[in-house]
Amino acid sequence: MEFLTGTNVNFIGKRKIAITGSLIVILIGIASLIIHGGPRYGIDFSGGTLLALHFSKPVPADQIRNALKDVQLEGESYDFSRAEIKRFGASTDVAVRVEEMGTGTKVGDAIKASLKAKFANYIPPKESDWVLKQEKVGPKIGRELKGKAVKAIFLALLIMLIYISIRFEFKFAVGALVALFHDVFITIGIFSLLNKEFSLAIIAALLTIVGYSLNDTIVVYDRIRENLRLMHRAGYGQAINSSINQTLSRTIITSLTTLLVIFTLYFLGGKVIRDFTFAMMIGVFVGTYSSIFIASPILVEWEARSAHRRR
Amino acid sequence: MRRGQGVKIGIIIAVLLLSIWYLYPTLRLAIMSTAAKGKMDPRELAKLEKRAVKLGLDLKGGMHLVLEVDKTKLSAKEAPGAVDRALEIIRNRVDQFGVSEPLIQRAGKDRMIIELPGLQDPERAKELIGRTALLEFKLVENGKEAKGLFDRMDKALSGGEKEKKGEETKLKEMFKESPAGSLEAETSTSEEEHPLSYLMEFMDQSYGQVIVAEEDIPRVDSLLSRPEVKALVPPDMELEWSSAFDNYREERVKKLYLLKRKPELTGAHLTDAKVTIGRGLDPEIANRPVVNMRLDRRGARIFSRVTGANIGRLLAIILDGKVYSAPRIKSKIPDGRAIITGIGRMTEAKDLAIVLKAGALPAPVNTIEERTVGPSLGEDSIHQGTNAAIIGMILVVLFMVFYYKGAGLIADLALVLNIIFIMAALAGLRAALTLPGIAGIILTIGMAVDANVLIFERIREELRSGKTVRVAIDAGYSRAFRTILDANLTTFFTALILYLVGTGPIKGFGITLMLGIISSMFTAIVVTRVIFDSLTTGREVARLSI
Repeated sequence: MEFLTGTNVNFIGKRKIAITGSLIVILIGIASLIIHGGPRYGIDFSGGTLLALHFSKPVPADQIRNALKDVQLEGESYDFSRAEIKRFGASTDVAVRVEEMGTGTKVGDAIKASLKAKFANYIPPKESDWVLKQEKVGPKIGRELKGKAVKAIFLALLIMLIYISIRFEFKFAVGALVALFHDVFITIGIFSLLNKEFSLAIIAALLTIVGYSLNDTIVVYDRIRENLRLMHRAGYGQAINSSINQTLSRTIITSLTTLLVIFTLYFLGGKVIRDFTFAMMIGVFVGTYSSIFIASPILVEWEARSAHRRR
Repeated sequence: MRRGQGVKIGIIIAVLLLSIWYLYPTLRLAIMSTAAKGKMDPRELAKLEKRAVKLGLDLKGGMHLVLEVDKTKLSAKEAPGAVDRALEIIRNRVDQFGVSEPLIQRAGKDRMIIELPGLQDPERAKELIGRTALLEFKLVENGKEAKGLFDRMDKALSGGEKEKKGEETKLKEMFKESPAGSLEAETSTSEEEHPLSYLMEFMDQSYGQVIVAEEDIPRVDSLLSRPEVKALVPPDMELEWSSAFDNYREERVKKLYLLKRKPELTGAHLTDAKVTIGRGLDPEIANRPVVNMRLDRRGARIFSRVTGANIGRLLAIILDGKVYSAPRIKSKIPDGRAIITGIGRMTEAKDLAIVLKAGALPAPVNTIEERTVGPSLGEDSIHQGTNAAIIGMILVVLFMVFYYKGAGLIADLALVLNIIFIMAALAGLRAALTLPGIAGIILTIGMAVDANVLIFERIREELRSGKTVRVAIDAGYSRAFRTILDANLTTFFTALILYLVGTGPIKGFGITLMLGIISSMFTAIVVTRVIFDSLTTGREVARLSI
């Protein structure tokens, strides 16, 4: 069986439309980031306490909120009713997130004690089944993790820039880099639009997207490098366009198989990795798109401008 | 046979055998039932478990803590060794607590990472790890001293209040015609003149120990923390609360002690601590858990001297700044034995004995990061994660056979080998399999397939251009190789950065991704090539199932 072989779509000719489309999506993402006042950070980066609890019967969020109005912490009463309360997968599971306060894990433990007293009938018989997850990140750690994440992303991009410059040419590296920024920006933008949280796992997903998208781009570039030697008479744009067409079948099949796995993970892999796989899903789509419509057309634009200057 | 073919086959078989050897413990454990595990020699079982693929805390459930040693109060001499000492002491405590395969390591300058997998009672563990456990014996000052101090504090407080209320009081005095209440005000303590002692009661005037009702404790605390009041406490004395509530005239109360600041003895002289149930008539002790301590020779000598010289006084036993009990010294105690009473539950007493034996932390520690995954979530995650991974893999395998037929089958074989190699490498490196790690493996499945897709597409192209099967295979592999190498290397760099910069689960993701890339390059290029070559050499193959 074969499909998409021997195609001759004029991808390069449509580069203006593609680039405009991408710019619009990126701008929407940036607008969303501005409206939301930056990315929505999870406790990994903003610090705070997160509790995921499993009740034996569904407990309405406002009842939990009420219970949080008066939490005893070291002999004093605190009002945590402004906490973020949301469902954690199943309807019986609840996640409570409060902002960073004080040191140690006392806030989480105090909230647990308070909820335990008020919802005794809702707590599973085996108490270890009650607490699904308890996380606390101090503000200092949060800042450090943020710094590390940013460092990791830039380090990854820098090393790739160097590697591609060595293996190919500098303009290829620039093209690949623009495509990567494109992918990362669109993914961040979509996350902001959907009001999803940024956690450490999402950063890992972003870096994987970077790796995957680059993988795709390099396969196309490799063919371009080869074709530029074989087809130097046909012209730059023509050589690049046929390269994209020749690798199209492979690009689509690889994306399909990868998406096949990511979709199964998304639907069957459980709530813990759902956001992670969601980011990967966007990334594979956008990464495939960008290696065809962004990374390669940039080479054409670059060549056209420098040819113009040479003249 | 082609040149080097034998060597390649040899290498593949060797790698496969090595993988099976590494994976054998994991497989045996996976097949064994719980009952069979129970029957096995526990030492043998522990050995197997040690060699099996480890699961990360996110899959197994457990606690991950990052602690920071608070060095602010340490002297320049004490500070340098503090983290290492704290690490050692916490390791002792965890060992006695009984958690299998704990990880306790130093991280950076002032930090420690503690990982306790498969933990049932995280709160108890936190309490056990985090408490300083500084045990001190301090003499309680006498009642006269305490009365004098509280009077001075009252004066300072009411003076301050009066200044504020100055105007009001003057007005009142002017309009007051007969001083009706003045007599009463002088005999009993009024709140206005004695804002502090009004809230306290001496049980026995001869000891520096007062009781405060539960609802008044925050008020007393806030009065005592005022700087002008704090300054009144003599430099060689200090005020400390009792650790638990007492019942006094049907009210819940705490005791506030005036202590000598300098401890007579500390927990450093402790050699053993054991829990028993108290006997005798004293309600503080009878039928309640009691920690029995034994002091070393020097400690016993000091204890003997202190008790001998202070018969009739109270000796407070203080843990982390809270007075557990303050019994009256009835006689000289020469044998270096002391007990701690006033402990609520049995588990608390047991934990107390553990921390006392392990020793006090050189400085307080703060928990700056905690990640606890409950056993049920861990179970869910591993269940769903593995299921998804297996289903995803089956889908990919089916797709490859559907699209590439015979060649797809070869790629699928490579894929299965790839998974075996990655798991074996994880077991061999003692790296833990985390949830992002599973995602990493799945990503490698995608990438391994990609390498084969690249090769097969090239072979198809070569076949289309009219080349023979043999030539097409050679050309396909050699042309695709450079692309695969470039593509995989760049992803490898990303994985390496994740491993180096990342923490916890992300590190795990980085490791599996790196292993996956190496292994998938090997299986997708070397293994499939060997199979193709074996099928096409020695006879003329006209058509290739691709």
